[in-house]
Amino acid sequence: MLYRRPMTTARKLLDLDALAARIPDGAHLAIPADYSGVAMAATRALVRRRARGLRLVTVPTSGMQADILIGAGCVAAIETSGVGLGEHGLAPRFTAAAKSGSLHIIEATCPAIHAALQASEKGVPFMPLRGLLGSDLLAQRPDWKVIDNPFAAAGDPLVLLPAVRPDIALFHARWADRAGNVWIGRRRELATMAHAAARTLVTVEALFDGDLLADESTASGTLPSLYVSAAAVAERGAWPLPLPGLYAADDAAIRRYAQEARSDSGFARYLDETLRAAA
Amino acid sequence: MNDASANEFLIVALARMIEGCRHVAVGNASPVPGAAALLARALSGDAMLVSLLGSLAHNPYTDGGRELFDSAGQGRLDAFFLGGGEIDGQANVNLVAVGPHDAPLARFPGSFGSAYLYFAVPRVILFRAEHTRRVLVPRVSFISAPGTSPPGIHRSGGPTALVTSRCAFAFDRARGRFRLETLHPGHTAEEVRAETGFDYDSAPEVAQTPPPSARALELIRGRVAGELAETYPSFAAREWGRAA
Repeated sequence: MLYRRPMTTARKLLDLDALAARIPDGAHLAIPADYSGVAMAATRALVRRRARGLRLVTVPTSGMQADILIGAGCVAAIETSGVGLGEHGLAPRFTAAAKSGSLHIIEATCPAIHAALQASEKGVPFMPLRGLLGSDLLAQRPDWKVIDNPFAAAGDPLVLLPAVRPDIALFHARWADRAGNVWIGRRRELATMAHAAARTLVTVEALFDGDLLADESTASGTLPSLYVSAAAVAERGAWPLPLPGLYAADDAAIRRYAQEARSDSGFARYLDETLRAAA
Repeated sequence: MNDASANEFLIVALARMIEGCRHVAVGNASPVPGAAALLARALSGDAMLVSLLGSLAHNPYTDGGRELFDSAGQGRLDAFFLGGGEIDGQANVNLVAVGPHDAPLARFPGSFGSAYLYFAVPRVILFRAEHTRRVLVPRVSFISAPGTSPPGIHRSGGPTALVTSRCAFAFDRARGRFRLETLHPGHTAEEVRAETGFDYDSAPEVAQTPPPSARALELIRGRVAGELAETYPSFAAREWGRAA
Protein backbone atom coordinates (compact mmCIF):
# COMPACT_ATOMS: atom_id res chain seq x y z
CA MET A 1 0.00 0.00 0.00
CA LEU A 2 1.00 3.61 -0.36
CA TYR A 3 1.92 5.49 2.76
CA ARG A 4 1.38 9.23 2.76
CA ARG A 5 4.61 11.17 2.75
CA PRO A 6 5.03 13.17 5.93
CA MET A 7 4.18 16.83 5.53
CA THR A 8 6.70 19.59 5.76
CA THR A 9 7.38 20.88 9.24
CA ALA A 10 5.52 24.13 8.88
CA ARG A 11 2.30 22.36 7.93
CA LYS A 12 2.45 19.73 10.67
CA LEU A 13 1.27 21.88 13.54
CA LEU A 14 -2.46 22.47 13.46
CA ASP A 15 -5.10 23.60 15.90
CA LEU A 16 -7.32 20.98 17.47
CA ASP A 17 -10.34 21.41 15.20
CA ALA A 18 -8.16 21.40 12.09
CA LEU A 19 -6.60 18.16 13.32
CA ALA A 20 -10.02 16.59 13.89
CA ALA A 21 -11.07 17.74 10.40
CA ARG A 22 -8.29 15.52 9.01
CA ILE A 23 -10.28 12.49 10.13
CA PRO A 24 -12.89 11.99 7.41
CA ASP A 25 -16.22 10.26 7.89
CA GLY A 26 -15.83 6.52 7.41
CA ALA A 27 -12.14 6.50 8.39
CA HIS A 28 -10.60 3.32 9.77
CA LEU A 29 -9.25 4.84 12.99
CA ALA A 30 -6.82 3.23 15.44
CA ILE A 31 -7.11 4.42 19.06
CA PRO A 32 -5.08 3.34 22.09
CA ALA A 33 -6.08 1.82 25.44
CA ASP A 34 -6.86 4.04 28.43
CA TYR A 35 -3.41 3.50 30.00
CA SER A 36 -1.58 4.61 26.90
CA GLY A 37 -2.43 8.20 25.93
CA VAL A 38 -5.95 8.77 24.64
CA ALA A 39 -6.72 11.88 22.57
CA MET A 40 -9.86 12.87 24.49
CA ALA A 41 -9.81 16.56 23.51
CA ALA A 42 -9.60 15.50 19.86
CA THR A 43 -12.41 13.03 20.50
CA ARG A 44 -14.62 15.87 21.72
CA ALA A 45 -13.64 17.80 18.58
CA LEU A 46 -14.71 14.80 16.47
CA VAL A 47 -18.08 14.74 18.21
CA ARG A 48 -18.41 18.52 17.67
CA ARG A 49 -17.81 18.15 13.97
CA ARG A 50 -20.40 15.32 13.91
CA ALA A 51 -18.07 12.68 12.50
CA ARG A 52 -19.96 9.70 11.07
CA GLY A 53 -19.29 6.12 10.06
CA LEU A 54 -15.94 5.75 11.82
CA ARG A 55 -14.54 2.23 11.90
CA LEU A 56 -12.58 2.01 15.13
CA VAL A 57 -9.83 -0.44 15.94
CA THR A 58 -8.93 -0.29 19.64
CA VAL A 59 -5.29 -1.06 20.49
CA PRO A 60 -6.18 -3.35 22.06
CA THR A 61 -9.08 -2.06 24.21
CA SER A 62 -10.89 1.20 24.85
CA GLY A 63 -13.07 2.85 27.44
CA MET A 64 -14.66 6.26 27.61
CA GLN A 65 -13.31 7.37 24.21
CA ALA A 66 -15.03 4.60 22.24
CA ASP A 67 -18.11 4.88 24.45
CA ILE A 68 -18.54 8.61 23.77
CA LEU A 69 -17.95 8.21 20.03
CA ILE A 70 -20.48 5.36 19.90
CA GLY A 71 -23.04 7.25 21.97
CA ALA A 72 -22.64 10.35 19.81
CA GLY A 73 -23.38 8.34 16.67
CA CYS A 74 -19.89 8.65 15.17
CA VAL A 75 -19.14 4.92 14.89
CA ALA A 76 -20.30 2.32 12.38
CA ALA A 77 -18.03 -0.54 13.44
CA ILE A 78 -15.50 -1.38 16.12
CA GLU A 79 -12.80 -4.03 16.18
CA THR A 80 -11.96 -4.55 19.83
CA SER A 81 -10.74 -6.89 22.56
CA GLY A 82 -12.78 -5.04 25.13
CA VAL A 83 -14.65 -1.83 25.85
CA GLY A 84 -15.22 -1.00 29.50
CA LEU A 85 -14.78 1.76 32.04
CA GLY A 86 -12.36 -0.19 34.23
CA GLU A 87 -13.17 0.47 37.87
CA HIS A 88 -16.40 2.14 36.85
CA GLY A 89 -17.90 -0.91 35.22
CA LEU A 90 -19.43 -1.51 31.81
CA ALA A 91 -19.21 1.08 29.05
CA PRO A 92 -22.92 2.04 28.90
CA ARG A 93 -23.21 3.32 25.32
CA PHE A 94 -21.16 0.43 23.90
CA THR A 95 -23.31 -2.03 25.84
CA ALA A 96 -26.57 -0.42 24.71
CA ALA A 97 -25.44 -0.31 21.07
CA ALA A 98 -24.33 -3.97 21.25
CA LYS A 99 -27.70 -5.04 22.64
CA SER A 100 -29.70 -3.07 20.09
CA GLY A 101 -27.60 -4.43 17.24
CA SER A 102 -26.87 -0.91 15.97
CA LEU A 103 -23.09 -1.34 16.18
CA HIS A 104 -21.02 -3.79 14.16
CA ILE A 105 -18.68 -5.38 16.70
CA ILE A 106 -15.69 -7.29 15.37
CA GLU A 107 -14.50 -9.45 18.26
CA ALA A 108 -10.76 -9.69 18.87
CA THR A 109 -8.27 -10.56 21.57
CA CYS A 110 -5.49 -8.21 22.70
CA PRO A 111 -2.43 -10.00 21.27
CA ALA A 112 -4.23 -10.49 17.93
CA ILE A 113 -4.66 -6.75 17.50
CA HIS A 114 -1.03 -6.09 18.43
CA ALA A 115 0.16 -8.85 16.07
CA ALA A 116 -2.02 -7.72 13.15
CA LEU A 117 -0.59 -4.20 13.48
CA GLN A 118 2.92 -5.66 13.63
CA ALA A 119 2.26 -7.36 10.31
CA SER A 120 1.53 -3.93 8.82
CA GLU A 121 4.67 -2.52 10.44
CA LYS A 122 6.69 -5.14 8.63
CA GLY A 123 4.78 -4.82 5.38
CA VAL A 124 3.87 -8.52 5.43
CA PRO A 125 0.32 -9.76 4.76
CA PHE A 126 -0.27 -11.70 7.99
CA MET A 127 1.09 -12.77 11.33
CA PRO A 128 0.71 -16.14 13.08
CA LEU A 129 -0.55 -16.30 16.67
CA ARG A 130 -0.75 -19.14 19.19
CA GLY A 131 -3.86 -19.77 21.27
CA LEU A 132 -7.33 -19.02 19.87
CA LEU A 133 -8.12 -22.58 18.74
CA GLY A 134 -11.41 -23.74 20.23
CA SER A 135 -12.51 -20.17 20.93
CA ASP A 136 -15.76 -18.89 19.41
CA LEU A 137 -13.74 -15.85 18.33
CA LEU A 138 -12.67 -17.91 15.32
CA ALA A 139 -16.32 -18.32 14.28
CA GLN A 140 -16.73 -14.54 14.51
CA ARG A 141 -13.62 -13.95 12.43
CA PRO A 142 -13.80 -15.57 8.99
CA ASP A 143 -10.78 -13.42 8.10
CA TRP A 144 -8.65 -15.38 10.60
CA LYS A 145 -7.36 -18.59 9.01
CA VAL A 146 -6.12 -21.79 10.60
CA ILE A 147 -3.14 -23.44 8.90
CA ASP A 148 -0.82 -26.28 9.75
CA ASN A 149 2.63 -25.08 10.82
CA PRO A 150 4.67 -25.81 7.66
CA PHE A 151 7.85 -26.24 9.73
CA ALA A 152 6.50 -28.91 12.09
CA ALA A 153 7.03 -32.62 11.47
CA ALA A 154 3.60 -33.56 12.84
CA GLY A 155 0.35 -31.61 12.64
CA ASP A 156 0.50 -28.28 14.47
CA PRO A 157 -2.47 -26.02 13.70
CA LEU A 158 -2.15 -22.31 14.32
CA VAL A 159 -4.00 -19.12 13.42
CA LEU A 160 -2.98 -16.52 10.84
CA LEU A 161 -4.21 -12.95 11.24
CA PRO A 162 -4.36 -10.61 8.26
CA ALA A 163 -2.43 -7.35 8.65
CA VAL A 164 -4.47 -4.46 10.04
CA ARG A 165 -3.71 -1.19 8.23
CA PRO A 166 -5.68 1.67 9.78
CA ASP A 167 -6.20 4.80 7.70
CA ILE A 168 -5.33 6.92 10.70
CA ALA A 169 -3.81 6.45 14.15
CA LEU A 170 -4.92 9.06 16.71
CA PHE A 171 -3.37 9.46 20.16
CA HIS A 172 -2.23 11.95 22.80
CA ALA A 173 1.37 12.29 23.98
CA ARG A 174 3.48 14.56 26.10
CA TRP A 175 5.59 16.50 23.60
CA ALA A 176 6.12 17.20 19.94
CA ASP A 177 9.11 19.16 18.74
CA ARG A 178 8.97 21.63 15.87
CA ALA A 179 10.18 19.02 13.39
CA GLY A 180 7.13 16.86 14.22
CA ASN A 181 8.92 14.22 16.30
CA VAL A 182 6.68 13.00 19.12
CA TRP A 183 7.79 11.74 22.52
CA ILE A 184 5.83 8.67 23.64
CA GLY A 185 8.13 7.33 26.37
CA ARG A 186 7.59 3.66 27.08
CA ARG A 187 4.18 3.53 25.41
CA ARG A 188 5.56 1.66 22.43
CA GLU A 189 2.13 0.48 21.23
CA LEU A 190 1.69 4.07 20.06
CA ALA A 191 4.71 3.57 17.80
CA THR A 192 3.25 0.28 16.53
CA MET A 193 -0.03 2.05 15.73
CA ALA A 194 1.78 4.83 13.92
CA HIS A 195 4.05 2.46 11.99
CA ALA A 196 1.02 0.44 10.88
CA ALA A 197 -1.32 3.31 9.97
CA ALA A 198 -1.24 5.24 6.70
CA ARG A 199 -1.37 8.52 8.63
CA THR A 200 -0.89 9.49 12.26
CA LEU A 201 -2.47 12.45 14.01
CA VAL A 202 -1.23 13.37 17.46
CA THR A 203 -2.27 15.80 20.16
CA VAL A 204 0.39 16.80 22.68
CA GLU A 205 0.53 18.48 26.05
CA ALA A 206 3.18 20.93 24.91
CA LEU A 207 5.73 21.78 22.27
CA PHE A 208 9.24 20.60 23.11
CA ASP A 209 11.78 23.33 22.82
CA GLY A 210 14.59 21.57 20.97
CA ASP A 211 15.19 18.37 19.02
CA LEU A 212 13.79 15.21 20.63
CA LEU A 213 16.20 13.10 18.58
CA ALA A 214 19.30 15.00 19.71
CA ASP A 215 19.67 13.24 23.07
CA GLU A 216 19.64 9.48 23.73
CA SER A 217 17.39 9.87 26.77
CA THR A 218 14.60 11.45 24.72
CA ALA A 219 15.39 9.80 21.36
CA SER A 220 14.70 6.28 22.66
CA GLY A 221 11.15 7.27 23.54
CA THR A 222 10.51 9.28 20.39
CA LEU A 223 8.32 8.48 17.41
CA PRO A 224 10.14 10.12 14.49
CA SER A 225 8.34 12.65 12.27
CA LEU A 226 8.58 10.11 9.42
CA TYR A 227 5.33 8.65 10.75
CA VAL A 228 3.63 11.82 11.97
CA SER A 229 1.23 13.59 9.62
CA ALA A 230 0.10 16.38 11.92
CA ALA A 231 0.08 17.42 15.56
CA ALA A 232 -1.93 19.84 17.67
CA VAL A 233 -1.29 21.15 21.16
CA ALA A 234 -4.06 20.21 23.60
CA GLU A 235 -3.15 20.86 27.20
CA ARG A 236 -4.60 18.12 29.43
CA GLY A 237 -5.69 16.56 26.15
CA ALA A 238 -6.23 13.10 27.66
CA TRP A 239 -8.56 14.38 30.41
CA PRO A 240 -10.43 12.82 32.12
CA LEU A 241 -8.24 9.83 31.26
CA PRO A 242 -4.66 9.79 32.49
CA LEU A 243 -1.49 10.71 30.67
CA PRO A 244 0.92 8.20 32.19
CA GLY A 245 3.73 9.87 34.07
CA LEU A 246 2.16 13.32 33.96
CA TYR A 247 -1.35 13.19 35.38
CA ALA A 248 -3.69 10.58 36.80
CA ALA A 249 -7.23 9.82 35.71
CA ASP A 250 -9.90 12.21 36.99
CA ASP A 251 -11.76 9.52 38.84
CA ALA A 252 -14.71 11.69 39.86
CA ALA A 253 -15.26 12.84 36.28
CA ILE A 254 -15.20 9.27 34.92
CA ARG A 255 -17.56 8.11 37.68
CA ARG A 256 -19.96 10.88 36.76
CA TYR A 257 -19.78 9.86 33.12
CA ALA A 258 -20.43 6.21 34.04
CA GLN A 259 -23.60 7.26 35.87
CA GLU A 260 -24.88 9.76 33.32
CA ALA A 261 -24.25 7.56 30.28
CA ARG A 262 -26.53 4.81 31.64
CA SER A 263 -29.55 6.52 30.11
CA ASP A 264 -30.03 8.12 26.69
CA SER A 265 -31.12 11.38 28.30
CA GLY A 266 -28.22 11.36 30.79
CA PHE A 267 -25.73 10.81 27.99
CA ALA A 268 -27.26 13.58 25.88
CA ARG A 269 -27.02 15.95 28.86
CA TYR A 270 -23.40 14.93 29.52
CA LEU A 271 -22.44 15.44 25.90
CA ASP A 272 -24.11 18.79 25.73
CA GLU A 273 -22.38 20.08 28.87
CA THR A 274 -18.99 18.67 27.93
CA LEU A 275 -19.02 20.04 24.41
CA ARG A 276 -20.18 23.44 25.56
CA ALA A 277 -17.42 23.56 28.18
CA ALA A 278 -14.81 22.50 25.61
CA ALA A 279 -15.92 24.89 22.87
CA MET B 1 -7.27 -12.21 63.67
CA ASN B 2 -10.68 -12.67 62.11
CA ASP B 3 -11.89 -9.18 61.23
CA ALA B 4 -10.94 -9.45 57.57
CA SER B 5 -13.44 -7.91 55.13
CA ALA B 6 -14.88 -10.13 52.40
CA ASN B 7 -12.49 -8.64 49.86
CA GLU B 8 -9.49 -8.99 52.17
CA PHE B 9 -10.36 -12.65 52.69
CA LEU B 10 -10.42 -13.21 48.91
CA ILE B 11 -7.19 -11.26 48.40
CA VAL B 12 -5.42 -13.60 50.83
CA ALA B 13 -7.01 -16.72 49.30
CA LEU B 14 -5.83 -15.68 45.82
CA ALA B 15 -2.37 -14.69 47.06
CA ARG B 16 -1.91 -18.19 48.52
CA MET B 17 -2.47 -19.68 45.06
CA ILE B 18 0.43 -17.82 43.45
CA GLU B 19 2.96 -18.45 46.19
CA GLY B 20 6.33 -19.39 44.73
CA CYS B 21 5.67 -17.87 41.29
CA ARG B 22 8.49 -15.84 39.75
CA HIS B 23 6.27 -13.57 37.68
CA VAL B 24 2.55 -12.85 38.03
CA ALA B 25 0.51 -10.53 35.79
CA VAL B 26 -2.89 -8.95 36.39
CA GLY B 27 -5.16 -7.65 33.64
CA ASN B 28 -7.86 -5.05 33.25
CA ALA B 29 -10.40 -4.13 35.98
CA SER B 30 -9.06 -6.57 38.56
CA PRO B 31 -8.56 -4.86 41.93
CA VAL B 32 -8.85 -8.01 44.09
CA PRO B 33 -6.41 -10.07 41.96
CA GLY B 34 -4.18 -6.98 41.76
CA ALA B 35 -4.08 -6.73 45.54
CA ALA B 36 -3.45 -10.49 45.76
CA ALA B 37 -0.43 -10.22 43.46
CA LEU B 38 0.95 -7.25 45.41
CA LEU B 39 0.41 -9.14 48.69
CA ALA B 40 2.13 -12.27 47.37
CA ARG B 41 5.04 -10.11 46.27
CA ALA B 42 5.31 -8.49 49.70
CA LEU B 43 5.13 -11.92 51.39
CA SER B 44 7.85 -13.23 49.02
CA GLY B 45 10.26 -10.56 50.24
CA ASP B 46 9.98 -8.98 46.79
CA ALA B 47 11.36 -12.08 45.07
CA MET B 48 8.20 -12.16 42.90
CA LEU B 49 7.84 -9.87 39.90
CA VAL B 50 4.36 -8.36 39.47
CA SER B 51 3.00 -6.74 36.30
CA LEU B 52 -0.16 -4.77 36.92
CA LEU B 53 -1.85 -3.60 33.71
CA GLY B 54 -2.39 0.16 33.84
CA SER B 55 0.25 0.75 36.50
CA LEU B 56 3.48 2.67 36.02
CA ALA B 57 5.04 1.86 39.39
CA HIS B 58 4.18 -1.86 39.38
CA ASN B 59 4.77 -2.85 35.80
CA PRO B 60 8.23 -3.60 34.37
CA TYR B 61 7.29 -3.65 30.67
CA THR B 62 8.81 -1.06 28.34
CA ASP B 63 8.01 -2.40 24.86
CA GLY B 64 4.32 -1.63 24.57
CA GLY B 65 1.13 -3.59 25.02
CA ARG B 66 2.38 -6.58 23.08
CA GLU B 67 5.24 -7.35 25.47
CA LEU B 68 3.04 -8.99 28.12
CA PHE B 69 1.70 -11.42 25.52
CA ASP B 70 5.01 -12.01 23.78
CA SER B 71 6.75 -12.73 27.08
CA ALA B 72 3.90 -15.03 28.14
CA GLY B 73 4.26 -16.92 24.85
CA GLN B 74 7.91 -17.50 25.71
CA GLY B 75 7.04 -18.90 29.14
CA ARG B 76 8.17 -15.86 31.12
CA LEU B 77 4.84 -15.49 32.93
CA ASP B 78 3.88 -18.05 35.59
CA ALA B 79 0.42 -16.95 36.67
CA PHE B 80 -2.47 -14.79 35.52
CA PHE B 81 -5.95 -14.05 36.86
CA LEU B 82 -9.01 -14.19 34.65
CA GLY B 83 -12.64 -13.31 35.33
CA GLY B 84 -15.71 -14.26 33.35
CA GLY B 85 -19.21 -13.08 32.64
CA GLU B 86 -19.98 -16.80 32.47
CA ILE B 87 -17.81 -19.77 33.48
CA ASP B 88 -18.84 -23.36 32.87
CA GLY B 89 -17.89 -26.74 34.34
CA GLN B 90 -15.24 -27.34 31.65
CA ALA B 91 -13.63 -24.00 32.64
CA ASN B 92 -14.71 -22.35 29.40
CA VAL B 93 -14.85 -18.60 29.89
CA ASN B 94 -17.29 -16.14 28.29
CA LEU B 95 -16.31 -12.48 28.32
CA VAL B 96 -18.38 -11.46 25.28
CA ALA B 97 -22.14 -11.91 25.47
CA VAL B 98 -25.10 -14.05 26.51
CA GLY B 99 -27.48 -14.98 23.71
CA PRO B 100 -27.06 -14.34 19.98
CA HIS B 101 -24.02 -12.21 19.14
CA ASP B 102 -25.95 -9.71 17.02
CA ALA B 103 -28.77 -9.26 19.57
CA PRO B 104 -27.40 -10.33 22.97
CA LEU B 105 -29.41 -10.50 26.20
CA ALA B 106 -26.31 -9.39 28.10
CA ARG B 107 -23.14 -7.86 26.76
CA PHE B 108 -19.76 -7.98 28.52
CA PRO B 109 -16.73 -5.82 27.60
CA GLY B 110 -14.93 -8.39 25.41
CA SER B 111 -12.41 -11.22 25.46
CA PHE B 112 -9.33 -9.11 26.34
CA GLY B 113 -6.24 -11.35 26.26
CA SER B 114 -8.03 -14.50 27.43
CA ALA B 115 -8.07 -16.39 24.12
CA TYR B 116 -4.28 -16.31 24.16
CA LEU B 117 -3.14 -16.18 27.78
CA TYR B 118 -5.34 -19.17 28.72
CA PHE B 119 -3.11 -21.23 26.42
CA ALA B 120 0.23 -19.70 27.39
CA VAL B 121 0.22 -19.19 31.16
CA PRO B 122 0.78 -22.34 33.25
CA ARG B 123 -1.31 -21.19 36.21
CA VAL B 124 -4.45 -19.27 35.30
CA ILE B 125 -6.65 -18.60 38.32
CA LEU B 126 -10.27 -17.84 37.58
CA PHE B 127 -11.78 -15.32 39.94
CA ARG B 128 -15.37 -14.18 40.09
CA ALA B 129 -16.82 -12.96 43.39
CA GLU B 130 -20.43 -13.51 42.28
CA HIS B 131 -21.22 -17.19 42.77
CA THR B 132 -24.65 -17.75 41.26
CA ARG B 133 -26.22 -19.93 38.59
CA ARG B 134 -26.23 -16.85 36.38
CA VAL B 135 -22.42 -16.83 36.31
CA LEU B 136 -21.50 -20.49 36.89
CA VAL B 137 -23.44 -22.08 34.05
CA PRO B 138 -23.72 -25.58 32.54
CA ARG B 139 -22.41 -24.28 29.20
CA VAL B 140 -21.20 -20.77 28.35
CA SER B 141 -23.04 -19.14 25.46
CA PHE B 142 -19.80 -17.83 23.92
CA ILE B 143 -16.35 -19.36 24.40
CA SER B 144 -13.86 -16.50 24.68
CA ALA B 145 -11.26 -19.01 25.85
CA PRO B 146 -11.66 -22.80 26.10
CA GLY B 147 -10.82 -24.53 29.40
CA THR B 148 -9.14 -27.48 27.74
CA SER B 149 -7.80 -28.38 24.29
CA PRO B 150 -7.69 -31.70 22.45
CA PRO B 151 -4.32 -33.41 21.91
CA GLY B 152 -2.31 -31.90 19.06
CA ILE B 153 -3.12 -28.29 20.00
CA HIS B 154 -0.09 -26.38 21.23
CA ARG B 155 -0.92 -25.45 24.81
CA SER B 156 1.41 -24.94 27.76
CA GLY B 157 -1.07 -23.26 30.07
CA GLY B 158 -4.61 -23.25 31.34
CA PRO B 159 -6.87 -22.97 34.37
CA THR B 160 -5.83 -24.41 37.73
CA ALA B 161 -8.47 -22.99 40.07
CA LEU B 162 -11.69 -21.00 40.42
CA VAL B 163 -12.24 -18.77 43.42
CA THR B 164 -15.62 -17.20 44.25
CA SER B 165 -17.11 -15.45 47.27
CA ARG B 166 -18.28 -18.85 48.57
CA CYS B 167 -15.46 -21.31 47.90
CA ALA B 168 -12.41 -22.41 45.94
CA PHE B 169 -12.44 -25.10 43.25
CA ALA B 170 -9.39 -26.84 41.77
CA PHE B 171 -9.51 -27.67 38.06
CA ASP B 172 -8.38 -31.07 36.80
CA ARG B 173 -7.24 -30.50 33.22
CA ALA B 174 -7.03 -34.18 32.32
CA ARG B 175 -10.64 -34.79 33.40
CA GLY B 176 -11.86 -31.34 32.39
CA ARG B 177 -13.75 -30.95 35.69
CA PHE B 178 -13.73 -28.80 38.78
CA ARG B 179 -13.40 -30.23 42.30
CA LEU B 180 -14.68 -28.32 45.31
CA GLU B 181 -11.51 -27.74 47.32
CA THR B 182 -12.33 -25.45 50.25
CA LEU B 183 -15.33 -23.55 51.60
CA HIS B 184 -15.01 -20.00 52.87
CA PRO B 185 -16.23 -19.50 56.47
CA GLY B 186 -20.00 -19.32 56.74
CA HIS B 187 -20.65 -21.26 53.52
CA THR B 188 -21.72 -24.88 53.14
CA ALA B 189 -21.25 -27.61 50.55
CA GLU B 190 -25.04 -27.81 50.09
CA GLU B 191 -25.28 -24.10 49.41
CA VAL B 192 -22.43 -24.24 46.86
CA ARG B 193 -24.11 -27.16 45.10
CA ALA B 194 -27.39 -25.23 44.98
CA GLU B 195 -25.82 -22.03 43.65
CA THR B 196 -23.59 -23.67 41.01
CA GLY B 197 -25.02 -24.30 37.56
CA PHE B 198 -22.47 -26.94 36.55
CA ASP B 199 -21.61 -30.36 37.94
CA TYR B 200 -18.32 -30.83 39.82
CA ASP B 201 -16.54 -33.32 42.06
CA SER B 202 -16.38 -33.03 45.81
CA ALA B 203 -14.89 -34.94 48.75
CA PRO B 204 -17.39 -36.08 51.43
CA GLU B 205 -15.80 -33.61 53.87
CA VAL B 206 -14.64 -30.30 52.42
CA ALA B 207 -12.05 -28.28 54.36
CA GLN B 208 -12.40 -24.60 55.24
CA THR B 209 -10.40 -21.95 53.38
CA PRO B 210 -7.83 -20.82 55.96
CA PRO B 211 -8.35 -17.30 57.39
CA PRO B 212 -5.87 -14.49 56.69
CA SER B 213 -2.88 -14.29 59.00
CA ALA B 214 -2.33 -11.16 61.05
CA ARG B 215 0.82 -10.48 59.00
CA ALA B 216 -1.13 -10.69 55.71
CA LEU B 217 -3.83 -8.32 56.94
CA GLU B 218 -1.24 -5.85 58.17
CA LEU B 219 0.50 -5.90 54.77
CA ILE B 220 -2.80 -5.50 52.90
CA ARG B 221 -3.89 -2.49 54.94
CA GLY B 222 -0.49 -0.86 54.78
CA ARG B 223 1.82 -1.47 51.87
CA VAL B 224 -0.59 -3.22 49.49
CA ALA B 225 -3.36 -0.62 49.92
CA GLY B 226 -0.88 2.15 49.08
CA GLU B 227 0.51 0.32 46.06
CA LEU B 228 -2.91 -0.63 44.69
CA ALA B 229 -4.30 2.91 44.99
CA GLU B 230 -2.19 4.04 42.00
CA THR B 231 -4.16 1.79 39.63
CA TYR B 232 -7.43 1.28 41.53
CA PRO B 233 -8.09 4.52 43.43
CA SER B 234 -11.83 3.94 43.84
CA PHE B 235 -11.41 0.41 45.19
CA ALA B 236 -8.62 1.44 47.57
CA ALA B 237 -10.65 4.39 48.83
CA ARG B 238 -13.73 2.23 49.39
CA GLU B 239 -11.88 -0.63 51.01
CA TRP B 240 -9.25 1.15 53.09
CA GLY B 241 -9.97 4.88 52.86
CA ARG B 242 -6.82 5.29 50.80
CA ALA B 243 -6.02 8.05 48.34
CA ALA B 244 -3.56 7.44 45.49
